[in-house]
Amino acid sequence: MEIFGIPTALLGSQLLVGLINGSFYAILSLGLAIIFGLLNIINFCHGAQYMMGAFVAWIALTRFGISYWVALIVAPLIVGAVGVVIERLMLRRLYKLDHLYGLLLTFGLALIFEGIFRDQFGISGESYEVPELLSGGVNLGFMFLPIYRGWVIVASLTVCFGTWYMIERTKLGAYLRAGTENSQMVQALGINVPLLITFTYGYGVALAAFAGVLAAPIFQVNPLMGSNLIIVVFAVVVIGGMGSIMGSILTGLGLGLIEGLTKVFYPEASSVVVFVIMVIVLLVRPAGLFGKS
Amino acid sequence: MNAPASFAESKLPLFLGVLFVLGLIAPFAVYPTFLMKILCYGLFACAFNLLLGFAGLLSFGHAAFLGTAGYVCGLMVRDLGVTPEVGILAGTVSAGLLGWLFGWLAIKRTGIYFAMITLALAQMVFFLAIQIKATGGEDGLQGVPRGNLFGVIDLSNNLAMYYLVFAIFCLGFFIIYRTIHSPFGQILKAIRENEPRAISLGYDVAKFKLIAFVISAALAGTAGATKTLVFQLASLSDVHWHASGEVVLMTLLGGLGTILGPLVGAATIVALQTQLADSVGSWVTVIMGTIFVLCVLSFRRGIVGELQALIKRSGVN
Repeated sequence: MEIFGIPTALLGSQLLVGLINGSFYAILSLGLAIIFGLLNIINFCHGAQYMMGAFVAWIALTRFGISYWVALIVAPLIVGAVGVVIERLMLRRLYKLDHLYGLLLTFGLALIFEGIFRDQFGISGESYEVPELLSGGVNLGFMFLPIYRGWVIVASLTVCFGTWYMIERTKLGAYLRAGTENSQMVQALGINVPLLITFTYGYGVALAAFAGVLAAPIFQVNPLMGSNLIIVVFAVVVIGGMGSIMGSILTGLGLGLIEGLTKVFYPEASSVVVFVIMVIVLLVRPAGLFGKS
Repeated sequence: MNAPASFAESKLPLFLGVLFVLGLIAPFAVYPTFLMKILCYGLFACAFNLLLGFAGLLSFGHAAFLGTAGYVCGLMVRDLGVTPEVGILAGTVSAGLLGWLFGWLAIKRTGIYFAMITLALAQMVFFLAIQIKATGGEDGLQGVPRGNLFGVIDLSNNLAMYYLVFAIFCLGFFIIYRTIHSPFGQILKAIRENEPRAISLGYDVAKFKLIAFVISAALAGTAGATKTLVFQLASLSDVHWHASGEVVLMTLLGGLGTILGPLVGAATIVALQTQLADSVGSWVTVIMGTIFVLCVLSFRRGIVGELQALIKRSGVN
């Protein structure tokens, strides 16, 4: 079978890769958007925290024999806890200053994390075995689907839409949205805003770590895996605008798919296609697809 | 600016004169290559500071200008056989043009988005530099000859090369100094302090930002092209986002929005990196990150900024 002269198996597998990358973009840009909404800070170490999630899972498996399924819960909790400490000790002191200082601080932290892991583990990368339950694959007729890859898409979409539900439909989410609009007013109504901010940062960081654990069996676990990804995610955020939770999810998925298609039709451009789209969006709709101008 | 702070301003020409003389005799006391590296990064940081310190625009993509100019200069000098001054000029112009394009796109947004857009655009340049054959990919451009300045002065002599770099730095510094102290510079400061107000006063804010961006990018390019000649190499690391972060760190450490801060910051970081490279290896990144965090948390005025504040406090008028 062929479409536009491209075998469907190739097309299908590249779209699958695109969808997987897209779900990582979605989780990461979602985390950035939530943190930005309440803290007004762009979390530059988001990529480093994604990398740390993958490494915690790898260390847990190789040193302590802790399984993938446990790591999927524990790694985000550990990395999220580190995030909470960062928020309490450092970010908290910057809220009254220009927002750019938050970006610079987290950039410094990203260098520190990356440097430490590079010193400990080198840059060659470690592989993480696919858990037994999810190994193997199924033949869909037009293409072969490795089960783990299907699981990554299902798991990340579940987490994304779960987060959307929590923010848009629950009481906690209502506090959070109110805090985004006017945190002083929310504080005056008797809600512990500083705690809410800490929780939000911790949750955003935990999302990044969760994506890291999901990514571990697919990509090499490597100290630099986050920094290359995060710059693409920044472009995704510029394209989508950080105003809407659902917007972040859809933009992430969509750009992943477009990137996958580019790999089929014009592979040379696949590493820059997201940036090119960013340029086009800036020209046509500077506030971003889902942004408020 | 209030009266006591102007002490530093009024004594500045004298201080710059002393520095100039020091710069002239320095290569007889210190290893010239080390000094040239400081001057190149110093010019890079000064150019960056024009944008962040005086126009309030945080560009996280200045490596693109440093690196592109380095490649253009290296290719022209090595493969087309032009003289060094033409190479540097070509590097400067190419960086300026790239800056015009980047600036035109990035100033459509402000603040954090501006930073992210410049970073993403620079990353695009990085990916192109990996893929295009002309840049040499991972190997970079090697064996760029220093050549003869104006076809006459042999630059393979380190001392001759040093004085060329020193002259270029002084010229670049003078351009930035004049820009800051001109009516144009005052308007930039007005935009930094209160953009809506500058707009309501009738200034075409986008145009001013764009001009500042182009000047900054072009001078960053001058630094990059000169650096390529000094080290006879244009490499991928100059277009990497680490280089963009480094220049932010130099400026922040030296003193954001001060005239001499970026040079002081560049000298400190270059010296530190040279010292640490042998002893701690990959911990350099960790140390740089730590300095970054400390600067942001409790040293936001930077070295020069703190010194100025000290002079102000001690009440010298």
